[in-house]
Amino acid sequence: MSAFDHDHTNDDPRISRRKVLECMTWAGTGVLWTISGGVPRSLGLVGSAQAAEPAGLTFLQISDSHIGFDKPANPNALGTLEEAIGRIKAIPVKPSFMIHTGDISHLSKASEFDDADRIISQAQLDVHYVPGEHDFIDEEVKLYRERYGRGTKGAGWYSFDASGVHFIGLVNVVDLKAGGLGNLGAEQLEWLENDLKGRSKSTPIVVFAHIPLWSVYPTWGWGTEDGARALDYLKGFGSVTVLNGHIHQVMQKVEGNVTFHTARSTAFPQPAPGTAPSPGPMKVADDKLRSLLGTASIIFKPGNESLAIIDTPLQG
Amino acid sequence: MTFASLRNLGIRCAIAAVMASQMTAARCEDSTITIDNFTFAPAQLTVKVGTTVTWKNQDDIPHTVVSAGKFKSKALDTDDSYSFTFTTAGDYKYFCSLHPHMTGMIKVE
Ligand SMILES: [Cu+2]
Repeated sequence: MSAFDHDHTNDDPRISRRKVLECMTWAGTGVLWTISGGVPRSLGLVGSAQAAEPAGLTFLQISDSHIGFDKPANPNALGTLEEAIGRIKAIPVKPSFMIHTGDISHLSKASEFDDADRIISQAQLDVHYVPGEHDFIDEEVKLYRERYGRGTKGAGWYSFDASGVHFIGLVNVVDLKAGGLGNLGAEQLEWLENDLKGRSKSTPIVVFAHIPLWSVYPTWGWGTEDGARALDYLKGFGSVTVLNGHIHQVMQKVEGNVTFHTARSTAFPQPAPGTAPSPGPMKVADDKLRSLLGTASIIFKPGNESLAIIDTPLQG
Repeated sequence: MTFASLRNLGIRCAIAAVMASQMTAARCEDSTITIDNFTFAPAQLTVKVGTTVTWKNQDDIPHTVVSAGKFKSKALDTDDSYSFTFTTAGDYKYFCSLHPHMTGMIKVE
């Protein structure tokens, strides 16, 4: 069976909900997690988990669309983003919104941002962005800020509330120091401290940023220099979830009250830490590519402080 | 590079050659650093004053070459290159501003 036998971009109202669920089951090698009191518990594979109607806040994460990338690892990054958005449109229960954890573009070109906007807007969801280093390449670093930075502070950080959850978008791709990792900087950290001050410790917090805030693999720059300072401010909150992109693969870690989770890219996979000479785009067999790309949806159920994270590859 | 700057370079090289008269082969060879697998190769390079160093990105990911206050390339896409001519002796530490764990050094004598 080819990947395209099951590929449906679902503008077609004749595609029944049951059919969609069948497809999801087929696509679903991802796992649904529920996180209670900082302990992740697997609820099963995406397909079956998706069949259970989520009650509560559901939001989606997409990441690293790298529009403009055209190398062998995936000559058609625009096409696979389109596929991902097609799948998002097919989710039976419409998520509340979407977050994009950066590297929207590959070279920060206006045309790349245009293409990304055109495709992503087809999901008809509000999208909350944070920039990746590829979105800050233009000389004056203004294209990202003009498009996505309205109402944000500094280089583009902000927070908002939804269904009792406090969301914080951080920027850790600016002002990077030689030999260093991702960087938040003093100004942003001060803002974060103030943003959290006086907030009830029972407020569930979701932090999202491009580069992991935790040390995934510093040898490849996969971490944030002053990430520990940010995590310090989040101590004492009952439920903290940190979402990021940048490393183009699923990774999860629980540390005390904090759950860290990285999303797949919709453009190209990257190797597991230390398994290749560099973190560059990983060329895989054409029929395997879509199993390494994908999106994540996160379900928050008020009352029981649990988050369920569903990673959905473009193809199982 | 313009003709004038080539000529300047020629003159500077000649001076460098005279200053380095004890050396039998005092040539002014321009140097190339390749960027492969998120690494500058060679990571350390010693050149004579007047040398033009060219960085060439052979990765599928863009990189930059930045030496604080000294030189700064734009983002180099695959196969793009950037050149800088060193006219003053010294140690020039540089890095990729997109992937700061990538560092290198040019020693200009
Ligand atoms: Cu780089």
